Amino acid sequence: MKVRIKFAKYGAMKFIGHLDMMRYFQKAVRRARIDIRYSEGFSPHQIMSFAAPLGVGIESYGEYMDIEVLSMTSAEDMRLALDRVMAEGVEILSVNVMPDTVKNAMASVAAAAYRIRRKSEDARTAVAYGGEDAGGGAAEGFQIANLNEKLQAFLAQEHILYTKETKKNVLELDLKPGIYELTAEPDGAVRMLVNASSGGNVKPMTVMEQFFVFAGADIPQTACQVIRLETYADMAKEGEAHRFVPLAEMGKYI
Amino acid sequence: MRRLALSDEVLMRVEKPARYIGNEINSVVKDGERVAVRFVMCFPDVYEIGMSHLGIQILYSMLNEWEDVWCERVYSPWVDLDRIMREQNIPLFALESQEPVKNMDFLGITIQYEMCYTNILQILDLAQIPLMAAERGEDVPIVIGGGPCAYNPEPIADFFDIFYIGEGETQYRALLDCYLANRAQGGTRRDFLKRAAGLPGIYVPQFYEELYHADGTVRGRKKLYEEIPDTITKELVRDVTEVHYPLKPVVPFIKVTQDRVVLEIQRGCIRGCRFCQAGQLYRPVRERDADRLKEYAAAMLENTGHEEISLSSLSSSDYTQLNELLDFLIEDCSRKHVNISLPSLRIDAFSLDVMSKVQDVKKSSLTFAPEAGSQRLRDVINKGLTEEVILKGAALAFEGGWTRVKLYFMLGLPTETEEDIRGIGDLSNKIAAAFFETVPKDKRVNGKVQIVASTSFFIPKPFTPFQWARMCTKEEFLDKAYLTKRGIMEQLNQKSIKYNWHEADASVLEGVFARGDRRVAAVILEAYRRGCLFDSWSEYFHNDIWLQCFADCGLDIGFYTTRERAEDEIFPWDFIDCGVTKEFLLREWKKAQAGTVSPNCRKQCQGCGAGRFGVGRECGGKL
Repeated sequence: MKVRIKFAKYGAMKFIGHLDMMRYFQKAVRRARIDIRYSEGFSPHQIMSFAAPLGVGIESYGEYMDIEVLSMTSAEDMRLALDRVMAEGVEILSVNVMPDTVKNAMASVAAAAYRIRRKSEDARTAVAYGGEDAGGGAAEGFQIANLNEKLQAFLAQEHILYTKETKKNVLELDLKPGIYELTAEPDGAVRMLVNASSGGNVKPMTVMEQFFVFAGADIPQTACQVIRLETYADMAKEGEAHRFVPLAEMGKYI
Repeated sequence: MRRLALSDEVLMRVEKPARYIGNEINSVVKDGERVAVRFVMCFPDVYEIGMSHLGIQILYSMLNEWEDVWCERVYSPWVDLDRIMREQNIPLFALESQEPVKNMDFLGITIQYEMCYTNILQILDLAQIPLMAAERGEDVPIVIGGGPCAYNPEPIADFFDIFYIGEGETQYRALLDCYLANRAQGGTRRDFLKRAAGLPGIYVPQFYEELYHADGTVRGRKKLYEEIPDTITKELVRDVTEVHYPLKPVVPFIKVTQDRVVLEIQRGCIRGCRFCQAGQLYRPVRERDADRLKEYAAAMLENTGHEEISLSSLSSSDYTQLNELLDFLIEDCSRKHVNISLPSLRIDAFSLDVMSKVQDVKKSSLTFAPEAGSQRLRDVINKGLTEEVILKGAALAFEGGWTRVKLYFMLGLPTETEEDIRGIGDLSNKIAAAFFETVPKDKRVNGKVQIVASTSFFIPKPFTPFQWARMCTKEEFLDKAYLTKRGIMEQLNQKSIKYNWHEADASVLEGVFARGDRRVAAVILEAYRRGCLFDSWSEYFHNDIWLQCFADCGLDIGFYTTRERAEDEIFPWDFIDCGVTKEFLLREWKKAQAGTVSPNCRKQCQGCGAGRFGVGRECGGKL
């Protein structure tokens, strides 16, 4: 049985890297006594795969992993069993049994929604969950006048070019095709929906950096907190426009 | 949610921020306002090393079981964070509460190896605690040292308020009660230390003065108060089955050296290898009951989710209930997809059978520790392993499909000759030959065998029969390594043998610290001030600075290392009673020089002195 687990990762846990999160969940599955399927061979490993790696320092309320189980009682039992063995800062948001025909989470990732806010000075590991902030409700907006107009003007450009330096060469790339939505939130933070597929992943901070240049705002990268809100699959048929669906809900569209 | 001590900006700048955030599974968070004692336990090395240490997990769990105590952890900030903390004047903090260490009642530091001494100063310095114990004020944490290096605490005596000599499980409650009583009565720091000095196993170095002869050797000790003891007897657990064990060890987020459940099956060792300090310090041998260990294994795997379990002891093959325990583990672990790792097993038919059940034979390698290249020298060091046994074990292993063998040797052992050194190459060659003799050509998996011979340099340690021995100079060590290499190159099967050896500079320094006296503290302090840190990490070890510091402090390295001690010399650590007597050690030293072996404890009691504790089956105890 294929099970899709959605989780949140925030607070101090944002400093745990992707590979360590995988190790963390391998142990968590054992602690929760989930009857996970193991691969064959001399050193069997759990059948578990993650949707889209999250960079160190980024928080998320839309992380996914798929596991295969041999048996289970109910999705809610599994959610509770896993949630009970989590460290502070990781929450199991949902567990869904997926039809066998569903593509795995990793291969399905097409887009992700992000919120980017300003870190308040004293909210060092501020928790964005529910809008609460360890700094005591300090402003999270960027205090850029007419933010939404500027975002739309930025997005209205024909190309959003930026140069990417790799070890071997310098590439000029266009961000525009990968940005699907870009809006201001009521509190002055920025929300975006961007390509997160393996072929065309757009890093939210790359967009923000280009936007800050465009808007003439002098905001260092270290002052920004990126929060992934949701990860989506694209359920559109060929030739159709994008039809982004949260990974947890893919089963409904088959 | 807890507030972290370090800003996002700092955490994003340092390597592996997970070292500094705490929050691990099974870490203990209490309300700091509602406990009477705040304790921080420290392993003075990087997180991944420190988190792999069983001792801290035991004490952490035990102290936190007491409602009135909150024990937290701290490790050495790595060099990147070290620099930032100094620049920004950030005080060292405990992982759980993220609060400054300087606000705690106690800072306990486990001292597992000599090369961490500058890291101890880093911990104190970053915690903003005065480095010299004598300069600490009333509201500064009490700094306690423990672990094997506390058995010769003198080189670092100036930096500690208290040394706890022996196994940690026994006296902490009494020590903390003593602290609470002193606080209730409005007593001073000094009042507390005076009370503590009367407890078993507790040594308060600032109440003693070390006296010297004109030639620099120790003449004796003077104590400040009549009522404090002349001799400190080590503490030991009498019933290791009933003593506290950490069933919920802390599970790190990042990969650490020992990333598995550790099951300590026994303490002590019956073997009596003459170079081995642990073999003497932890006598008598005490076994844990196998049924209890089975319960522990199940509970710990359940509580951690670890995918591997390891047995811990100085010599697992000597554990009398090994078969029973392993049968259970093999059955239970294969069901749970848990791997078993089996260090310190003697290679024989039984262990090979067990290993083939729990390990991938093709991938794993076998380890032998002959320690010396010739039978003569193995007799000197009382290492009971014979060439016949090694070759037989190797042949069995090759038949079982193993193709990789690791061999550990020491260079610079007392009485060592060129012939003994050449024996390392000879033995390695014979093992390679055994492969070609045992495994027919068509059955050789990769067509070849790989023998890896590694040598370390012998460092005489306190409380061993070799505490009187002369240690080699750096040049002698390097000559010996060169001779070993040449000896291997001359072998017929030299292509199957790989040779590794260690740097010699750090070994010399370790030799000074191991048998040093109180005067060595000045050098350690000076080297730390000049930037020495993480000396056990070769990339951060600055031998030139150390040599200059010895010169500037007027201390002669040779006095501590190459000088052979007279039989009646008073050693800086003689005031500690670790169970085995100096008379026994001297007898063993003489037997070593005569090349005479001593049977192990199970075969025949050698009257080492540890029998007076009345525990351990070999010593006439019930347990």
